[in-house]
Amino acid sequence: MSSAVIDKSKNYINHEKGLWSWLTTLDHKRIGILYMITVMAFFLIGGIFAMLIRTELFTAGKTIVDAAQYNQLMTFHGAIMVFMVIIPGIPAFLGNFFLPLQLGAKDVAFPRVNLMSWYCLIVGAAISFFSLFYHGADTGWTFYTPYSIKTDNGTILLVLGAFVMGFSSILTGLNFIATTHRLRAPGMGFFEMPLFVWGLYSTAIIQVIATPVLAITLLLLAAEKTMGIGFFDPALGGDPVLFQHFFWFYSHPAVYIMILPAMGIISELITTYSRKVIFGYKAIAFSSVGIAAVSFFVWGHHMFVSGQSEVAGVIFSFLTMLVGVPTAIKTFNWVATMYKGSIQFQSPMLYAMGFLFLFTIGGVTGVMLATMAADVHFHDTYFVVAHFHYVMVGGTLMAIMGGIYHWFPKMFGKMYSELGAQLSFAFIFVGFNVTFFPQFILGAQGMPRRYFDYLPAFEPLNQISSVGSWTIGVGFLIGLWVIIHGLLRGEKAPDNPWGAKTLEWQTTSPPPHENFYDQPKVTGGPYEYR
Amino acid sequence: MFWLNNAHAGNTFMPPQASNFAESVDSLYGFLWYASLISCILVIGGFVYFAIKYKRKTENDQTAYIAHNTTLEFLWSFIPFVVFLVVFAWGWKIFYDMKRAPENALEIHVVGQKWNWDFLYKSGKKQTSEFTVPVNTPIKLIMSSRDVLHSFYVPAFRIKQDVIPGRYTSLWFTATKEGRFNVFCTEYCGTGHSSMLAHVNVVSMSEYEEWLANDPYKGLSMVEVGQKIYQSRCIACHNLTAEKKIGPGFKGLFASNKTFTDGTTGVANEAYIRESILMPNAKKSVGYENAVMTSFQGQLSEDEIAGTVEFIKTLK
Repeated sequence: MSSAVIDKSKNYINHEKGLWSWLTTLDHKRIGILYMITVMAFFLIGGIFAMLIRTELFTAGKTIVDAAQYNQLMTFHGAIMVFMVIIPGIPAFLGNFFLPLQLGAKDVAFPRVNLMSWYCLIVGAAISFFSLFYHGADTGWTFYTPYSIKTDNGTILLVLGAFVMGFSSILTGLNFIATTHRLRAPGMGFFEMPLFVWGLYSTAIIQVIATPVLAITLLLLAAEKTMGIGFFDPALGGDPVLFQHFFWFYSHPAVYIMILPAMGIISELITTYSRKVIFGYKAIAFSSVGIAAVSFFVWGHHMFVSGQSEVAGVIFSFLTMLVGVPTAIKTFNWVATMYKGSIQFQSPMLYAMGFLFLFTIGGVTGVMLATMAADVHFHDTYFVVAHFHYVMVGGTLMAIMGGIYHWFPKMFGKMYSELGAQLSFAFIFVGFNVTFFPQFILGAQGMPRRYFDYLPAFEPLNQISSVGSWTIGVGFLIGLWVIIHGLLRGEKAPDNPWGAKTLEWQTTSPPPHENFYDQPKVTGGPYEYR
Repeated sequence: MFWLNNAHAGNTFMPPQASNFAESVDSLYGFLWYASLISCILVIGGFVYFAIKYKRKTENDQTAYIAHNTTLEFLWSFIPFVVFLVVFAWGWKIFYDMKRAPENALEIHVVGQKWNWDFLYKSGKKQTSEFTVPVNTPIKLIMSSRDVLHSFYVPAFRIKQDVIPGRYTSLWFTATKEGRFNVFCTEYCGTGHSSMLAHVNVVSMSEYEEWLANDPYKGLSMVEVGQKIYQSRCIACHNLTAEKKIGPGFKGLFASNKTFTDGTTGVANEAYIRESILMPNAKKSVGYENAVMTSFQGQLSEDEIAGTVEFIKTLK
């Protein structure tokens, strides 16, 4: 077929028309866009809850809501951000769109399963949100027993919602594993795959292995709550600490579901905007898989003071230190990639550098928390709150934002306002540090987390933190404007505006229905900048 | 690493050092803090330097093809690994000591419940939300919970332990400074979680012995007894004003007309207040459908209940 007869005005967006064609689409790119819209909507809700929390904490005592409402805000902020934003954020949204493109494939291995996983997320989220209106839930996103068994029954809905959303995660993971193994372009071995694919692949393994454990745990909790079967409540002969083991057996690897694909994006961004081959490709690829493997054996570091055995604590502390090594390796590799590069300060690169800055702080404070005697003091204080926000927001969210701007021209065929994107970044980056750095100090001073009220001595730092959170809010509003403005008014994007080397940039912007006009063939590594 | 501790512990945002563990934890923390600072300067300084130095000059820039460097990669894997091992072992050493109370430690039982702490001494003395220990004496706390998980945290002592219903956990410390220190609950336990505060009074051995021998209510009027009970037991959920906290405020409560959730009405007289203390959920007022109060049945003596009723009566 000669390219002269191909109509290049046709792409995946105008391939079919109407809402129904979107809701029943099997095209991975359209499903990616569905995820984008849902995840952004959930992020807006979770973000509003975060603002309300910080506004309540602006003064000691009651500011705008009472203790019971605060506890619900705290619970839903956590549950929404974890289950509906960060976990599906990169794999299901950016991964869905770009995994097949980066592999040179027409679609994922199981397009129908892919669509079904989106509906699982929607149904699960709907059930969870319904609990907001039905008594609410106030357990925190961790659902610790026996509190979660004794509290109001709205909790069951939130738990069941998380259960259903888990299937979305499992199905996406299965799909990605099969796609990576079976649908690579001719000539693409495992070590010719882009590092984003390695990140997604490692994540998918965790999703498939760990998520069922959460599903079972949540079912046991629901069974105990509705039928009084004593798994976790000591009053019924159960063990409340057992719940924590089950919960963290999933939820610790889940932290890597959140960060591994983010690391994949950062690898793409740094090599592209440094216009330089990635330093230590195999080290980064293997460290993704290494982190995924070790991540299953560190859950007990959430439980040094829970009453678990001392020996277990020692082993978990040691293994946690081991996870630090591949993480440090990746960070050094990214910095080394910039050495003698040709660095362009495009907004995705700003986000990548923002990631390096914040993730490094998140990483070193993680080592502090893995050190047992130090963790005894820091555990369940604002030090932990600050640490995991530095990793999840400073890490994952920075990567999502960088990824959105990096791939925006490819997804929509339009350019965004670079000035707006940089302004948005400045507000988010500065606001983030103003919000969360003081929380390290609050935690070291001993302010516990999940506190509706606090001692007057903690007030000044809390006020700084609250002001920071509003700054972040402004930053994201500007970001939303940049995206909407780009969609409506953006200039037409070239096929490869950044001079990137991976396969998705070889097709048109936006890509056609089945991604490539001609089957791409791979002859070398993914980052051959020579 | 004594030099870190002596020179800098005061500048690293930690609370006062008031136990045998505080100094050793702060030395470890000081080391972690400086190691972290150095790492951050290397990584962040490194990429910022590269970003400025290697800023794109022209659209046709060519870059060096540097795919890896075995020596460098070995070093930056091995050095962090060694540092991690050091802090792991250091943290373990202190944790090991935290887990082993001396045999001669003075034992106090601690019971957590929504939303206060009870302290039971072997002499039979009982305290709520406040307890007293002698300075420079090893103390062992044997802890449990009446309802959900709580966690016993004394920042000035650098100790923390979850408290679990149906099982005992323990903590030990030797207080090294006299004074009054905060105790926080650090395991989320519901509406009153952040009000679940207590204090530890560290006093000299002679003061401690005198305190232990004394009847806490000696010479107090009934209302003063009630006021003490309020300070330790009720304050987490009830204001002295009429304003709602978690439960109703106490001002003007006595003799007021109440409408209950089952539609009946009644007057808040002595009998009603007594019933609300012992069987709090028997008659719930409209507006407090979702508020949960724990029963004080068996926890307050008749004198204490009478004192509490009389104290509430004075809040007009």
